[in-house]
Amino acid sequence: MAAPIKVFVPRETSAISLGANEVARRIQERGADVEIVRNGSWGMCWLEPLVEVEVNGERVAYGPVTVDDVDGLLAADFLKGGDHALKLGDVADIPYLKNQDRWTFRRCGLTDPVSIDDYRSNGGFDGFVAATKLAAAGVIDEVRKSGLRGRGGAGFPTGIKWQTVADAAGDQKYIACNADEGDSGTFSDRMLMECDPFCLIEGMMIAGFAVGADRGYVYLRSEYPLTRVIFEEALQTARDAGWLGEDIQDSGFNFDIDLHIGAGSYVCGEETAMLESLEGKAGIIRYRPPLPAIEGLFGKPTVVNNVISLASVPDILIEGADKYESYGVGRSKGTLAFQLAGNIKYGGLVEKAFGLTLRELIEDFGGGTATGRSIRAVQVGGPLGAYFPEILLDTPLDYEAFAALDGVIGHGGVVVFDDSVDMAAQARFAMEFCAIESCGKCTPCRIGSVRGTEVIDRIVADENRDANLELLGELCDTMVDGSLCAMGGMTPFPVRSAVKYFPEDFKG
Amino acid sequence: MNETYNKTEASELIQEFGAAPEMLVQILNAFVDKFSYISEEAIRQIADEVNLSRADVHGVVSYYHDHRTKAAGKRLIRICQAESCQAMGSDALTAHAEKSLGLQMHSTSNDGEITLEPVYCLGNCACSPAVMIDKQVYGRVDSKRFDELMSAGD
Repeated sequence: MAAPIKVFVPRETSAISLGANEVARRIQERGADVEIVRNGSWGMCWLEPLVEVEVNGERVAYGPVTVDDVDGLLAADFLKGGDHALKLGDVADIPYLKNQDRWTFRRCGLTDPVSIDDYRSNGGFDGFVAATKLAAAGVIDEVRKSGLRGRGGAGFPTGIKWQTVADAAGDQKYIACNADEGDSGTFSDRMLMECDPFCLIEGMMIAGFAVGADRGYVYLRSEYPLTRVIFEEALQTARDAGWLGEDIQDSGFNFDIDLHIGAGSYVCGEETAMLESLEGKAGIIRYRPPLPAIEGLFGKPTVVNNVISLASVPDILIEGADKYESYGVGRSKGTLAFQLAGNIKYGGLVEKAFGLTLRELIEDFGGGTATGRSIRAVQVGGPLGAYFPEILLDTPLDYEAFAALDGVIGHGGVVVFDDSVDMAAQARFAMEFCAIESCGKCTPCRIGSVRGTEVIDRIVADENRDANLELLGELCDTMVDGSLCAMGGMTPFPVRSAVKYFPEDFKG
Repeated sequence: MNETYNKTEASELIQEFGAAPEMLVQILNAFVDKFSYISEEAIRQIADEVNLSRADVHGVVSYYHDHRTKAAGKRLIRICQAESCQAMGSDALTAHAEKSLGLQMHSTSNDGEITLEPVYCLGNCACSPAVMIDKQVYGRVDSKRFDELMSAGD
């Protein structure tokens, strides 16, 4: 009897949000002798649910598949790679994927995310094995040479952070992974954790090995319930297979990871607020210094890194720092997993070397707006990022080029708006969001944000417009200069850019 | 379906986290998952068993959006209000939801069936606008799809 035909249907939030579970069920019910594999997503969200069938050892893709398409696909013999209007062929030939520089996400879509055998047979844990051969100092050197900077948004050099923790005195150190991905327009942490969770586990193991930490924490936001389920499965699988716990694979190295779930607070994505929350407290930020690298979780030296920073490390050790460093431009080295969101025709994840322009990302990959109208504004880097007008779309995606324009690349989220957007409303929302989410510790953020919404309301209502615009500018200065963290300190970025580039929207 | 708060089960839940003060946020999350909300009585019990003051526990409960202190409806509908979804019409969707359900944001229907709340990003931004019903995320939700999702749950 022939082996069952393998059909891949992603188990990933976006695919499931468009019906992947129903599609998987229907294929299982109607297709004789099929084995459904719940793989990760390739990140081409506009093609989800993207179904692949293994035919003679090759995978043939179809998408986007709805539950109502299943009977038609079966009639067209898609289980044998038959022709159908939804047939896409080999995913690797789709330009959206073909033109990327997949590094951190190279396994996403390919494998069953919770299969440790899949992970191992695709280079998984080779980075950890390489780390044990390099010894701790050698690992930190490689990470530093790679030019990797914190992918959570701040862009701090990862190698220097690790060195600081390694050098800090103390017999207990921690790795704290920030998976509190709250920026609108971002989903790369979620996708990595759902589609290749062992990669994050491996990155944390390497970080622990490098700095001398035997314990890691992942702080995951509560808005990602499926991510939680998948990551818990992966943790247990890794423990059962001896890749977490004591004396991992006879290396003499002990490491385990605890998963903590957030409780709906945006500011817990700020590293010190996250540490407070990990300690069971309200997510109110801490003064810095001391840096978390010196006094972090429970007062101990702690590496706080974003998911993508950590997940990029295993392949840096496999492929070499030079290879990673050869991607990118200036001081923005390597790749970033950009996320195309909002009003975009081909939304999804695009991992690409730094240096391409915003326009190339939005037009060449994203295909312009979903509504077909013209692009008016693009917010890059989440709710604390500036709005870029169409004339600035040729800006290269590079930390320094964005900083020069008072913008940020942040966590790589790109939210596109068409010409129906009201930029005064967007500026007001930035202030309103800050008012809702402020931890309340410092006055410029707590009070400034509320005053900001009121001032914008007065401007739009044409009450002393010029004087109130000046007041808004001064308020923004106060928030930038006087806030303790990025919440209050960067909320003015979207506000100022809206006023600067879209003044006509503030004229009532 | 959430269970009604009872002291014995609550105590077991606290013990699952070793009654450790550093697990307070996780304990409170577990209370919301199990009992739908955190009552005054629950705060008292947690404070007692974790060895914190009631003020400490209250301070944490009142800080986090997820730590609700009133029962949610049987179905919790959360509509994303963040930028990516705004760019795809979440305002119109929200207005439609409020009108069709006869409910304002942050409120629960009188029969205790539905709670409607805003949420700021579900990480489904390439498929905006996004809606979460209980723990399930839905993408590209327009008014029509919203109505279908609501009637599917009846």
